[in-house]
Amino acid sequence: MITFEGVSKVYPDGTVAVERLDMELPTGELTVLVGPSGCGKTTSLRMINRMVTPSTGRVLIDGVDVAGQDEALLRRGIGYVIQAAGLFPHRTIVENIMTVPALVGTSKKKARATAVELMERVGLTPSLADRYPVQLSGGQQQRVGVARALAADPPVMIMDEPFSAVDPIVREGLQAEFLRLQRDLGKTIAMVTHDIDEAIKLGDNVAVFQEGGRLAQFATPRELLANPADDFVAGFVGRDRGFRSLSFDSAAGLDVAPLSEVAGGPEQLVLDEAGRPLGWTGPGLGSTASPTPTGGAFQVTDSLRLVTDLAITSPVGVVVRVDEHGVADGVIRHTALMQQLEARRRREVDPA
Amino acid sequence: MIQYLQNNVAVIQAALSQHVFLALVPVLIGIVVSLPVGYLAVRFGFLYHPLLNLSGILYAVPSIALIVLVPTIVGIRILSPLNIIIALTVYTVALLVRVVADGLKSVDPLVTEAASAMGYRRLRRLVSVELPIALPVMLAGLRVATVANVSLVSVGALIGVGGLGALFTRGQQLDYAPPIVVGIVLSVLLAAVCDGIIVLVQRRVTPWTRAAERIAA
Repeated sequence: MITFEGVSKVYPDGTVAVERLDMELPTGELTVLVGPSGCGKTTSLRMINRMVTPSTGRVLIDGVDVAGQDEALLRRGIGYVIQAAGLFPHRTIVENIMTVPALVGTSKKKARATAVELMERVGLTPSLADRYPVQLSGGQQQRVGVARALAADPPVMIMDEPFSAVDPIVREGLQAEFLRLQRDLGKTIAMVTHDIDEAIKLGDNVAVFQEGGRLAQFATPRELLANPADDFVAGFVGRDRGFRSLSFDSAAGLDVAPLSEVAGGPEQLVLDEAGRPLGWTGPGLGSTASPTPTGGAFQVTDSLRLVTDLAITSPVGVVVRVDEHGVADGVIRHTALMQQLEARRRREVDPA
Repeated sequence: MIQYLQNNVAVIQAALSQHVFLALVPVLIGIVVSLPVGYLAVRFGFLYHPLLNLSGILYAVPSIALIVLVPTIVGIRILSPLNIIIALTVYTVALLVRVVADGLKSVDPLVTEAASAMGYRRLRRLVSVELPIALPVMLAGLRVATVANVSLVSVGALIGVGGLGALFTRGQQLDYAPPIVVGIVLSVLLAAVCDGIIVLVQRRVTPWTRAAERIAA
């Protein structure tokens, strides 16, 4: 657990970077610090490994004040990932990953074995081991950055905008893989980002910071979207928060109509021999031989957000549900879906 | 010409080895002095401009003036080889301080920050992160300084201690071309050889810069 106790940072010119911050980052969870630039999120992050010293207050890791520890030793015990990876250009990929083990005196052979293992773990082929950072793509470099932070198996990690220097498609892949990795590792992680979508996607908890270094809200992503603490948080989270909050609920609770629901209408669902949906036919749509594609189907494990998205994009306003083999087993009309979402929202507002 | 070479092997050899000595000792002293000075200039921002301006001024002093001035300042005989060595050391330091400072400044601040954040202490970070990354810039500067020194030694011939430069003055006095030709050819060759050695060392110690070039190509 990382604890901020009444932490402030005021610079000599009077600028307040962080103001009386009290916050607890739970052990084994990923907490994202998010906010506009100049909100003190990065300053707060850097207090954890003493790159910034608080003006007042204390930062504790598992109850121990970081200020009392040897700076270098403390830092070797905290994994560090930064934007654009910050790799050492003069060292090969394995040498980069071996940085902290080398500092703490792990044998070269053992450190190298760990490094190669970590490369695979973060999705890099070991054949890249003896390349130099400049020979890797941005996404690959970022993976090396993560592997380097993990090399000494630190219980705590801090990540400063770790995925912001890569293009959006690569970023999505890295985020998904990182989430999977974190599910296995269960590190206590503090991550800074300016991207609220990234915060909601990755965080177990999200700390929203406001200009002037004030913590506006500390909550789970779901809570943040459902009940923003004030107008600032609501505005920062964004206007489509209702739609995005649907990603936390599964489609399992939906009432789905049988396929016969659409059997008599003007639009017909075309299935293949196995019962998998092929598309729609009807007025203004494709023929039975080449039906208009459905645009996708959902399973019970998918989120309500996906179902809603499919309802909006469906050529006929009807979404098909399929089982794990892709066989159609039900449909839901967008009107029925909206009624069910409305009922769900009422239940949340008034649980009784 | 061949006649001249046959009769003067010993003289030419002595001139060449003196030339090597007079050119390279200042380079070695220059490296030792300019590394800490260049580091201080980068480490303490307020020293940067004073130190770099001073080295710029020193470099601008004409070489012959420096060779005449050094004995009066240091108190040695004008004909001492030490005179040449001190003068050339001043030039080398003046050049290399800027080179070392530029080299250290070429290190991406994100990289030094990452090194600190991972638990490097200052000295170890300097030795195993900053200096290696600064090497390409520093070695490029060292090539310039070394080649410049090889050619500057000859100026010492005007006061009688000039390595291969002594061959120029002798040829001129005797109105006889061969020693001048031999002096020029040998001093150009020497400069080329020294330069080549540094290039080889550079390839050896900074393999990562060539990896970058392959990408660019």
